[in-house]
Amino acid sequence: MNPVVRSLRQVGASLAGAKAGLASRWNAMGPTQRLSAYVLGVLALYLAPWWTEIPLLGSIVDTPGTQFTTVLSDRVIIFVLVALGLNVVVGLAGLLDLGYVGFYAVGAYTTAILTSSHASLPWLLALPVSIAVSMVFGVILGAPTLRLRGDYLAIVTLGFGEIIRLSAKNAEWLGGSRGINDIKHPPSIGPLKFGVVDPKPYYWLGLTMVFAVMFLLHRLENSRVGRAWVAIREDEDAAELMGVDTFRFKLWAFAIGAAVGGLAGVQYAGKVGFINPDNFPLLLSILFLAAVVLGGSGNMHGAILGGILVSYLPERLRNFQDKRVFVFGVALVLVMVFRPEGLLPKKVGTRKAVAAPGEGGAQ
Amino acid sequence: MRDWLLYRTFWDLTITGLALGSIYSLVALGYTLVYGVLRLINFAHSEIFMVGTFGALMASQEFLGIPMLEDGGYPYRTGFMLLVFLVFILLCAMVFSGLGAVALERVAYKSLRGNGDLFGAVVLAFLTGFVVSMVFVDDTLANVIVAAILTAPITMGYMSLFRRGKQSPRLAFLISAIGASTAIAEAMAIWGPEKREQYQTPRILEKDVLFSFLGADVRVDNVIVIVGALLMMVALTLFVNKSRLGRGVRAVAQDAETARILGVNVDMIILVTFALGGVMAGGAAMLFTLVYEQSRFNIGFILGVKSFTAAVLGGIGNLKGALLGGLVLGLVENYASAVFGGQWKDVVAFVVLLVVLMFRPTGLLGESLGRARV
Repeated sequence: MNPVVRSLRQVGASLAGAKAGLASRWNAMGPTQRLSAYVLGVLALYLAPWWTEIPLLGSIVDTPGTQFTTVLSDRVIIFVLVALGLNVVVGLAGLLDLGYVGFYAVGAYTTAILTSSHASLPWLLALPVSIAVSMVFGVILGAPTLRLRGDYLAIVTLGFGEIIRLSAKNAEWLGGSRGINDIKHPPSIGPLKFGVVDPKPYYWLGLTMVFAVMFLLHRLENSRVGRAWVAIREDEDAAELMGVDTFRFKLWAFAIGAAVGGLAGVQYAGKVGFINPDNFPLLLSILFLAAVVLGGSGNMHGAILGGILVSYLPERLRNFQDKRVFVFGVALVLVMVFRPEGLLPKKVGTRKAVAAPGEGGAQ
Repeated sequence: MRDWLLYRTFWDLTITGLALGSIYSLVALGYTLVYGVLRLINFAHSEIFMVGTFGALMASQEFLGIPMLEDGGYPYRTGFMLLVFLVFILLCAMVFSGLGAVALERVAYKSLRGNGDLFGAVVLAFLTGFVVSMVFVDDTLANVIVAAILTAPITMGYMSLFRRGKQSPRLAFLISAIGASTAIAEAMAIWGPEKREQYQTPRILEKDVLFSFLGADVRVDNVIVIVGALLMMVALTLFVNKSRLGRGVRAVAQDAETARILGVNVDMIILVTFALGGVMAGGAAMLFTLVYEQSRFNIGFILGVKSFTAAVLGGIGNLKGALLGGLVLGLVENYASAVFGGQWKDVVAFVVLLVVLMFRPTGLLGESLGRARV
């Protein structure tokens, strides 16, 4: 056998072994131990701005050119939020959305309008309004278009994303191509100062949002709604025949996805304080979709992993500036060729079906 | 309001709109063919067009030595020589695009269908070595050498890692296409002679006014574009409808499994489909450089999105639909930019698409490559 294949197999086997070892240790833990492991993990994430100070890890994770915390607060957190939202639309309900950046832009622009250019509400008040407006846009786009199947939906959503961006660019009321500046930051709470200098509070706020969204989506996934989505994704006609109101649930998927995308937009606008139409190019929609599918569409943890990789790696690889997008493109092809379900594939079927040998398991 | 402008220049706008629309149609054919056969949005088709424009540029500048406009681009060829030049440039663009499309199929899609081959493995292996060495050394020559050395062992590894006989989910194809698209465009931006700048292509013929039509001046290049595009489309339609390979294409579009059982070499037919799409994109690219005289690494992106819109507008998978969709889109854009101003033309184009799909969910003419009506 070829030595490269052999060494790859060995690496694979040892990784699988390590995973199995971890899994068995995890299963052997008592509830208190598990809880403390969770707490430690979450704490480690909240302390991420200081990872660069740790001797070995620091040199691995640190990003050249940009401060590590800024990368976390401006890119990673935003992409993770967006990937979570898009995963509902693409991964759970199976609706191909190529214009997701539109909802992200709606969230950001609503905040900008409400706190800077046409009103001066506080950020905290703009937050729920922006999410609601994004949701409404999701319904407005979804209601007429969700009867379209598959790829027609893809091009329509792509068009929608472009319409939003071009309208923002051409309408003076929305700031035109200059954009809107002086967007209000989130309110400072005691020592947490949301200013322009320190990105840490934004990271913490974003991370908290991620956990909240994860919790809500997790509850939703395991509810009747989540089961309906999966049924629609697997076979829309069968779902319809079994009495699932497919249109209504698809609309829900769109609205909830849009709301999460809008939330990401609010967080982005509140952090950078300045937006213009060039922040929301079509390419960003494609990157968002790449994040979800790369990580593993339909699996929340996969989407999060994809979001982190797609946003963080280009920053980490900045020392070859010009070539990183090329590397990214090649990497996408390679991952899809050898792992088409994404890095963390979704689990197919119900728990019972997976457990039963020879039934619905290995697909 | 600026609609007085529209009345005055209506026929001018119609002619330039038809020329633009013909180019959309030709590119849309590539999307439609591949979609009809594989149910795949070939996102990287826009890059095939881009490669074609560089094929045309190379043919006219390097092979034919036509001087640039600012270097005194005269004398232009006329008569028979002009025709020879045009056909030569066209063929070069078509060869570039056709080969590009075939390579794309074998590297980025074939292995996802569960029958990856040696060619795909070699290219992927080379790219892997190249990209990995890039992370350590920032020197293209060194990267190429490292990649060349590593290609053989990685290829063997990849050959045994291909997931044979397993069809990947459709989203995987789309992401692979997006990856390939980015990689091709970026490769041009990194290693092309002008990097990310715009290229000027030499002017091949003098753009005289050929005749006047209802007060509108019809220029030679517009006529060549419209007539050339129509000829290419007729040739394609004849090929798909009359030839043996074309019958294979229709059979696979209708039902790939049954076609396979009945002895059609499905992989071969898919390759032919990509080649046909690529050749059409090459034709479009040549006509594009003739009219607009420019190219750039990212020139395909917007044009690709528009052409895909055109394909969907007409009814994806339908060859006549691609023609109709392209022409409608070209006209709508031109009229819209006169009425609302140039910055709104894309918005209007997408709104028209939305409205059409709302009332005719499968486009103006419906899907049909698979139903053998074509």
